[in-house]
Amino acid sequence: MAKKVLVLLVIVLLPLAIFAAGQAEVKKAGPITLTYLVASGSDQIQARAAADGFMARNPDIRIELELRPGGGDGDNIVKTRLATKEMTDFFYYNAGSLLQALNPNETLVDLANEPFMDVIDDAFKTTVAQGNSVFGTPNQTAMGGGILYNKRVYERLGLSIPKTWAEFAANNEKIKRAGITPVIATYGDTWTSQLFVLADYYNVQAQIPDFADRYTANQIKYASTPAALKGFEYLKEGYDKGWYQSGFATAKYDQGLEMLAKGEGAHYPMLSMALANIDANWPETVEDIGFFAQPGEDASKNGATIWMLSANYIPKTTTGEKLEAVKRFLAYTVSPEGISDMNKAVPPAGPYLIKGAKLPDDVLPAVQDIARYIDAGNSAPALEFVSPVKGPRLEQFCVAVGTGQMSPLEAAANYDRDVTNQSKQLGLPGW
Amino acid sequence: MGKKSIHRSLQAAYPNWFYLPGVLTFVVFFIIPTVSAFYFSLTRWTLFEATFIGFENYVAFLSDPMLSIGLKNSLIYAFLTSATKTILALPLAVLLTSEILRFKGFYRSVVFFPVLVSTIAVGITFSILMQPNKGVINVALRALHLPHFDWLGDPRLALYSVIFVDVWKGIGIATVIYMAGILAIPQDYFDATKLDGGFWIRFRHVIIPLVRNSTFTIILLSFMGGLRTFDIVWAMTGGGPGFASDILTSVIYKQYQAGFYGLSTAGNVILFVLVTVLVLPLRTFFSSREIEL
Repeated sequence: MAKKVLVLLVIVLLPLAIFAAGQAEVKKAGPITLTYLVASGSDQIQARAAADGFMARNPDIRIELELRPGGGDGDNIVKTRLATKEMTDFFYYNAGSLLQALNPNETLVDLANEPFMDVIDDAFKTTVAQGNSVFGTPNQTAMGGGILYNKRVYERLGLSIPKTWAEFAANNEKIKRAGITPVIATYGDTWTSQLFVLADYYNVQAQIPDFADRYTANQIKYASTPAALKGFEYLKEGYDKGWYQSGFATAKYDQGLEMLAKGEGAHYPMLSMALANIDANWPETVEDIGFFAQPGEDASKNGATIWMLSANYIPKTTTGEKLEAVKRFLAYTVSPEGISDMNKAVPPAGPYLIKGAKLPDDVLPAVQDIARYIDAGNSAPALEFVSPVKGPRLEQFCVAVGTGQMSPLEAAANYDRDVTNQSKQLGLPGW
Repeated sequence: MGKKSIHRSLQAAYPNWFYLPGVLTFVVFFIIPTVSAFYFSLTRWTLFEATFIGFENYVAFLSDPMLSIGLKNSLIYAFLTSATKTILALPLAVLLTSEILRFKGFYRSVVFFPVLVSTIAVGITFSILMQPNKGVINVALRALHLPHFDWLGDPRLALYSVIFVDVWKGIGIATVIYMAGILAIPQDYFDATKLDGGFWIRFRHVIIPLVRNSTFTIILLSFMGGLRTFDIVWAMTGGGPGFASDILTSVIYKQYQAGFYGLSTAGNVILFVLVTVLVLPLRTFFSSREIEL
């Protein structure tokens, strides 16, 4: 009997042993290969530039990019791979509320005491921190979230930059009469639908300065706050007045960028990271693209909503010489050499949050527009960087309003419920 | 040990030990996940820790209109796809088994071909064909001066456009099942109706009653498939625009994406219960009325 059991054990364990041996063989001497998970699109362009620059200076390390989709699909991949301990050696992901949802204290390597963290601006560190731990380094510039517009269309029609929503609406009617799409919408990539709501946050906080704190503490809601509800109403107004192009409900992000670059559409509510895509695909048009803050009710309180940089993170599963190699990469990305390498490859989309890093003189016009808002003190970080609370279904509600299926109030109330679910899931106090 | 005793002990070991791989696979990959799903659906689960919260997930799922819309759409989807497939497949199968048709093999392949193509590929292809401005379907309709639509972008149409593609893709299976049913009908019955008249008599009084078993199989398979469908909706609309074509499985998947693991598991349990409650009685009813040829 004992013999039989032994035979069976061998039969069962032999394949495992062979498998384990196969695994061990992978580890070879020679250059270290690191895997790097990034979203395809703008992030990929940025990450590619950083990786290439680093490898040119460090021939003993190879970095292989692994691509994932953006938006909700991408969030899912990142969360699942972290939870199952199958994350790449390091990865590139949003800061702020999306990072909080990754449970960073459990899953990510704390970088607070690394020497290269000293040069990073504290304003950025707060968006990648939990408690006393800091988890990420910036690999990008901050971005403006607002309206990207085509300057040639503005010149041809003799329009001026709107400071209030009423002026914006008036511009749109003139643009429409000229046979050009006033506002580009690309709901085929659902995340792009959120800008009217999220980029309106400068206007919200201009009216209610403590909105973020009360929002985090479950004391203020979108549906019951007229100032916050405005963003949803703008989406509806665009639908009712026919500002969006035909086929907008299934159009993709890249199609939207193409329309803007070619002047087929005048405005695209978007993040300024889109400039890197336009520069890569339609480089001759990128100088024609400008930026203005999403207009609100009051011209005297006009300002831009700023998105913090996405960051590079190291999962706890990366150890030993690979961990050291990744840290060398992170140090490179915030060093003067790294920044100058990346500037050459990809035009910066906004200000750096690294001490001593300056934008080059030939920076794109749209970025100069953003910098003017910041220099004049007319900017505020987006809500997702000052509150950990963000509901995952905002994009779906925005599409529902923008396609005329749902009233702004209904969408805001539903979104508030979504936010409650998220806060309970994160275990935030007061929910 | 002599030769004989080895032989005997192997014989004794043979049946019992050989159950093991099957049982283990079944327990590890089916029983344990199912049972733990029931438990996790009662918790707020982060994959790292689970807090017991009773039936809160179920209440949330059924009371949130944007979650329960998936329930409604799934039922519409399952009903329409299975009804359309059943109704369209029978005449197709009659045609493909008839004696007058030439190049039968070719036509049979054509009807079955979509079944073999990856669902995601079909979904992506059709979402390009259905693109409102440059898509082939609307270009053709416009050239013929017919009304054209935003097939996937119009919230009132999106779900039905996906249903159309599902039928196009799945009708091959239904047709093959019907063809098998028709070919299994003994020639005597056809001979008996030869005197009485033409095709309609044969179709109405021989084929329809005698393929009843095939009809039941097709309804059951496509209804179950419709309730559980996911890939084609995800590839074509992602449940959008907004929530217009969200079905139960896409709602569950989105909750999972959002990190609401407990809530999405509750959705899975609801789907499991729904399939069981709808399909079991249907099956019992059908098997009680099966015929023997």
